[in-house]
Amino acid sequence: MATIGAMRRCEVTGLSVDRHAERLIMLNAVTAVVYLTIGGILALLIALTRWQAVHLLAPQRFYEFVSTHGMVMLIFWILFFEVAGLIFASTVLLSARMVIPWLGWLAYWLMLGGSVVATLLMLSGRATVMFTSYPPLRAETHWYYAAVLVFAVGAILAVVHFFLNIVAARLRGEVESLPLFTFALMGAAIIALWSLVSGALALFPVWLWTLGVIPEVDPGIYRLLYWGLGHGAQQVNLAAMVGVWYGLASLTTGARPLNEGLSRIAIVLYVLFINMGAMHHLLVDPGLGTWVKNVNASYFMYAAVMGSLIHAFSIPASMELALRERGYRRGLFEWLRRAPWGEPGFAALVVSMILFGLLGGISGVIIGGPQVNMISHNTLLVPAHFHMTVVAGTTTAFMGIAYYLVPLIFQRQLLFRRLAQWQPYVYGFGMLIFGIGMGLAGHWGVPRRHWDITFSTAPALGMNLIDLRPEIAVFLAMMGIGGIIAVVGGAMFVLVAVATVFVGQRTPRPVVGRIVPEAFSPYPVIAGGSGEAAASGEHSRFEVPGTLVISVAFLILFIFLYGFSWFELSRVPWKIG
Amino acid sequence: MASRVSTLAKPRGVWWEGLGRDERLWVWLTVIWGVAMFLMIAFVWPLIGQEQNRLSSYRVDPATFASQAEAFMKQYRVGELDGVPVVAPPAGGDVYLDARAFAWQPVIRLKRGETYRFLISSRDVQHGFSLVMPPHSINVQVLPGYVTVLRLTPEETGEFPLICNEYCGLGHHLMIGRVIVTE
Repeated sequence: MATIGAMRRCEVTGLSVDRHAERLIMLNAVTAVVYLTIGGILALLIALTRWQAVHLLAPQRFYEFVSTHGMVMLIFWILFFEVAGLIFASTVLLSARMVIPWLGWLAYWLMLGGSVVATLLMLSGRATVMFTSYPPLRAETHWYYAAVLVFAVGAILAVVHFFLNIVAARLRGEVESLPLFTFALMGAAIIALWSLVSGALALFPVWLWTLGVIPEVDPGIYRLLYWGLGHGAQQVNLAAMVGVWYGLASLTTGARPLNEGLSRIAIVLYVLFINMGAMHHLLVDPGLGTWVKNVNASYFMYAAVMGSLIHAFSIPASMELALRERGYRRGLFEWLRRAPWGEPGFAALVVSMILFGLLGGISGVIIGGPQVNMISHNTLLVPAHFHMTVVAGTTTAFMGIAYYLVPLIFQRQLLFRRLAQWQPYVYGFGMLIFGIGMGLAGHWGVPRRHWDITFSTAPALGMNLIDLRPEIAVFLAMMGIGGIIAVVGGAMFVLVAVATVFVGQRTPRPVVGRIVPEAFSPYPVIAGGSGEAAASGEHSRFEVPGTLVISVAFLILFIFLYGFSWFELSRVPWKIG
Repeated sequence: MASRVSTLAKPRGVWWEGLGRDERLWVWLTVIWGVAMFLMIAFVWPLIGQEQNRLSSYRVDPATFASQAEAFMKQYRVGELDGVPVVAPPAGGDVYLDARAFAWQPVIRLKRGETYRFLISSRDVQHGFSLVMPPHSINVQVLPGYVTVLRLTPEETGEFPLICNEYCGLGHHLMIGRVIVTE
């Protein structure tokens, strides 16, 4: 074991890398990819079951696999990757040390132990309680809840370690202001702490209940606490993803935030308000008043939406500015045409931003309204929404940044570069088809977490939903076909990552694409030699006209889809309320 | 633009600066849109919309609710469909809807244009009330120990399937019910 303080200097970025941090980043990232692979295989089987024409799995297998897929993807893959990201952002990026290495290891082993036990129990059919594990539905074994709690404790320790690293670096005078990337991950870490604690508070009584220590758990209060984790954990992904977006923009185009302060305020808006948005799972629950629901959905949530809209503008704006400074100044969109489309990081950034923005974000805002929620609650529209955010958004962005961090951290040459170039597009295209099919099926009333909407095996009152609404069959077929394409895209990523880690040539100077070499430098980037004067002088009216046009077009689409959803609500043939 | 640096590097010195023309324009647009969405939920739709989320609820012991539902089914029973009692409550009256793994009871027969108060609860685990009324479905959550109260006025005749939209066990996909609306 290396002595404390063993640091190496990265020859590509010039950053100092703590050996402990490096090894922990590797382990967490590898574990994350293993879970991604498991989840991906299950995803294929589930999609082929819900595609009613194929209907692959038997019901019990289907429910077991849905439970496992949800947990493995939404919690294990993403949190392990995020812990790798937290360590990277709080040590490597700051050229700082990992302050208590054993705490990092403890966190890792707790997370690994908890997640492996929980996954095995779910796969063996002894914890088929879905991602939400709502009581009084009970897993066959109380070990499941214990395993999830152990994982949560590990994750909390990892987050605490992130803060310790930053505070220590600051006390040593190594940091004045955090890089924006680290700042965004700090937002994610704050939300993570809150949601993990909320989840532990929800699950701990359930564990005691399955042990027989307490007689019952109130299902309403469980839901309230649980959604602090269930949705909060996804807001962690959102903040982390936005950080990765900024990072990828800098890496691939040399972008600097248009306005450092505004970008940071937008992240603070997330921290303050987005957890309240989590309550929109409870909009049609008993036990909560209309007033609480309306204030939550109509006021607090929109403060967070503002944060997202600011990022949606300032990230492309920063890229436009950087590319204009490099000389691509003609017209509104020359910068966009000449952007590095063949660079996997840029491709992943664009795919992630488009799919997240157009489908994930807008659908979330729409179904987060208390009235419209009545036609979307627990339909396939909800998983469609979160697949667009977490899969098409977060996962694509994480894959994109992995193409740079894996070679740099493992010090190996990236293999199958051409595969990596195409991967984000294949994956994104699959998710687009998948998401539209799934969303429309949900919009037409297909419930989520459901093995068979034809009710062909129901003993009484059978009624075939597809006979009632034949177009549903088409939407579910889109979902199946899109799912297959997306799984192919996911497999491409796993192949590139695994090959690079195990067979890639060892080198202290891996070639990681055409990244902007100054992206890690603390001095202002002047790319292409044209400098800043050109940009500020050229457009006396607007600095980023192309981005403004794109953003306004996006806003118009948002307004249209929002209005359309209200129109659809008005078409419900019964009067409600 | 004093010290703008890459998002991956530590900015030095004072990096705060005022908003440029582009950012000001965009921030105002987002504020206006945020306020518009707020007004829609809080004021505009309540004024013009016929579909309002006005759930109310109360706590109940699952056994108490079950006996109330049984009494309701006995009192207004008019027949049977696939072994499930068919119940026709008085126009404008209360409708008890009893969820359990894996069935909705009873089948309910309603009159078009009358407003009914649905009292929905579960005997065992969580379920989801999902009434399919093409082109959409109307959905609320059903918890044991809580009664979800929902006022509904059917304005079309026909048979409407009632399905469970919350995973309630391995027979989740068998849980189906029916609401029949007549003139």
